[in-house]
Amino acid sequence: MSSDVRFTDFKSDKQPTWCPGCGDFGTMNGMMKALANTGNDPDNTFVVAGIGCSGKIGTYMHSYAMHGVHGRALPVGAGVKMANPDLEVMVAGGDGDGYSIGAGHFVHAVRRNVDMTYVVMDNRIYGLTKGQASPTSREDFQTSTTPEGPKQPPVNPMALALAAGATFIAQSFSSDAMRHAEIVQEAIEHDGFGFVNVFSPCVTFNDVDTYDYFRDNLVDLGDDDDHDRYDFDAAKDKILDASKEYQGVIYQNENSVPYEEQHGLDSNMADIPEGAPDDAMDLVREFY
Amino acid sequence: MPADFNWAIGGEAGDGIDSTGKIFAQALSRAGRHVFTSKDFASRIRGGYTAYKVRTSVDQVQSVVDRLDVLIALTPRTIDENLDELREGSVIVYDGERTTMQGVEIPEGMVGLNVPLQSIAEEKGGAIMRNVVALGAACAVANFPIEHLDSSLEKRFGGKGQAIVDNNRKAARAGRDYVNENFDHEFDYDLETTDNDYVLLNGDEAIGMGAIAAGCRFYAGYPITPATDVMEYLTGRIEQYGGHVVQAEDELAAINLALGGARAGARAMTATSGPGIDLMTETFGLIATSETPLVIVDVMRSGPSTGMPTKQEQGDLNQMVYGGHGEIPRFTLAPTTVAECFHKTVEAFNLAEKYQTPVYLAADLAMAVTEQTFAPEEFDMDAVEIDRGKVVDDDTISEWQNEKGQFKPHALTDDGVSPRSFPGTTGGAHMSTGLEHDELGRRTEDTDMRVEQVDKRNRKVETAKEREPWAYREFGDTDSGNLVISWGSNEGAMVEAIEFLEEDGVDVRFISVPYIFPRPDLSEVINDADDVIVVECNNTGQFADILEHDALTRVKRVNKYNGVRFKADELAEEIKETLSQEITA
Repeated sequence: MSSDVRFTDFKSDKQPTWCPGCGDFGTMNGMMKALANTGNDPDNTFVVAGIGCSGKIGTYMHSYAMHGVHGRALPVGAGVKMANPDLEVMVAGGDGDGYSIGAGHFVHAVRRNVDMTYVVMDNRIYGLTKGQASPTSREDFQTSTTPEGPKQPPVNPMALALAAGATFIAQSFSSDAMRHAEIVQEAIEHDGFGFVNVFSPCVTFNDVDTYDYFRDNLVDLGDDDDHDRYDFDAAKDKILDASKEYQGVIYQNENSVPYEEQHGLDSNMADIPEGAPDDAMDLVREFY
Repeated sequence: MPADFNWAIGGEAGDGIDSTGKIFAQALSRAGRHVFTSKDFASRIRGGYTAYKVRTSVDQVQSVVDRLDVLIALTPRTIDENLDELREGSVIVYDGERTTMQGVEIPEGMVGLNVPLQSIAEEKGGAIMRNVVALGAACAVANFPIEHLDSSLEKRFGGKGQAIVDNNRKAARAGRDYVNENFDHEFDYDLETTDNDYVLLNGDEAIGMGAIAAGCRFYAGYPITPATDVMEYLTGRIEQYGGHVVQAEDELAAINLALGGARAGARAMTATSGPGIDLMTETFGLIATSETPLVIVDVMRSGPSTGMPTKQEQGDLNQMVYGGHGEIPRFTLAPTTVAECFHKTVEAFNLAEKYQTPVYLAADLAMAVTEQTFAPEEFDMDAVEIDRGKVVDDDTISEWQNEKGQFKPHALTDDGVSPRSFPGTTGGAHMSTGLEHDELGRRTEDTDMRVEQVDKRNRKVETAKEREPWAYREFGDTDSGNLVISWGSNEGAMVEAIEFLEEDGVDVRFISVPYIFPRPDLSEVINDADDVIVVECNNTGQFADILEHDALTRVKRVNKYNGVRFKADELAEEIKETLSQEITA
């Protein structure tokens, strides 16, 4: 780890193919800034992503990275961290990736509480398949596959996380660059699973959840001296309040003990002997 | 044939059948006798017929046979279920005082020993020891010194306190004494003991042991019969070597966790059975394309779908050789004995890392849950070699960087194998993806690079075909024109079937193949033979199809798919009959 790492060191020389104006640019920049600010460098960082627009992030960043299958980035990230706890692990996904096909993994990743950061680029639509409803789409949001709207209430990812025992829940807005980077940084610094749902507008297919909409409706909890992030009930009230969109750290558990610590994982499992362990015949003798 | 002794205990699931059988098997093993066990069990926790069978001899035993000498029947159904295997003179130990056993008729020609198991157990400290009383009774019948039970009772009950152990020892002796005092029948069994030193274990345990020996430190799995024993074995043991077992939320997560562990540089593994393999197949393609070394164990059971979870089959071969969309280079190994489960697991890890591919280890239920005795030297830990393949470090990485200092994890090499940098290696940061990619690991749709990467990945298989032995095991008369080929756990039954066939004047050459893909080239031996029979536990003859394709000729097939493994004597009959048949299209 070196102290002179700049956020641009996490940038690859591949030009993103995201649509001009896509919220994912800002989301990714904030992630890179947060990684640099927390003293990480590309060679000790592992970024995992799934499928969709969000899944491209590993290509545009420079670090050790895995581009997985749809919805299953979280278990890959957990596996990386368990096998080498020295690595800084960040998982990125989209709302479809994380809350639809990967919803099961999301709930279990939250309760497993591996010390990693999960950033969801939530644009409330399927972008890469050209504009179908996502699990966070509004009930009446008309798309090519839901001409009358999904007619199902959207998933509340923060409520899911809270119910599953999350130790860190935050929300940010990709366009509010400084705040977004700051919030991701807090998630990295959290001891445990740091979950950040990022409003990352899709300028091509979503004309409802736009930059203007979030600018007009976002309430920053950082400005609210009354919000105590360590107060579960206060967090619950904010999370279940469907009338507002919040930004900031909504909940943090002060007593969070990461999975690796609970299970005594502190070594790099890549380091193994050149042959069987010295006492391996004991394994055989056990069957006597 | 070795003078062997066949014993079983049967009752309802929950009656402690499994642990009682294990106690007896262990006692025999510690008395220097060879043991081969098998289980009949249903897919339920309590109730339903279940049995634990033990075949023992001073010589090695490698299969089950169609015969029972002594049966401990805790329920009337136990007798019905085993009628085919009971013979004239077979002894049935039962408790006629038990309500369920009252009025039970012992089939003609067999010897019924009505032993009040429950009453004796109650006298010695508790009805729960009923089975141990029965074990004592069996010792009397078999003329097996009861002292040999003591250490396995200690192993089983030692954790519950010395008093419990002592009570069980007394219960066993009371069972023995009851038989000796109340029956004047002459039993001509004599289970002699030897000074030989054996260990007793099953295939799942051997796979887990092989994994630890091979340096596997990360295991992720989801419980499924009959693969769960692998996970249970590793849990609590792998930690002693700095490893970790994680129970995932499903098979999809399990293989992705394992993939993460492998990408971080750990030797990683997952084990499952057919339905789990289906779920994992999505990620299997990613593992191959990203060139991640991973060992995936498929302990096969009867399929398709949920099939018969507690029954034997070798029906997943096609899935392991062809499964997944697109074309995927992979290795598929199939251990042929419990001991081979250990060796092939070690080999699987080396192949996975040397060639940076997923490796299927094809075990099956018959082998996975069957305990067998082996000389401890068969698990030679000194012989375990760990080959991590082309791993680069901080000092050597520059050889594999381009002019911009970027690492090339998918460099186009002559042997198809590219360098590997573990995360943390300076200058090695790179992308791994299931998308088609260039040498740097970045997505590409360039038509030339696509072709080059596909060829590169497949070149690994060609390289491995040249460099690795792909040996097979051979038995019987190598000059015989009657060629029998099998894969997986059929080896033991077939080896013993050869002896039955010899007695009938039929000679056979038997080849047991532990590699499915790639595999040894058998086309010459097949074409040189007069008759070729492929033996496997499935309906269609999946391996036979492959061999026909290899050798461009038709082979005969012996298939069994009723859920029960081949028995040596039954297999000999099938071979004889098949040899006399013409090949039909």
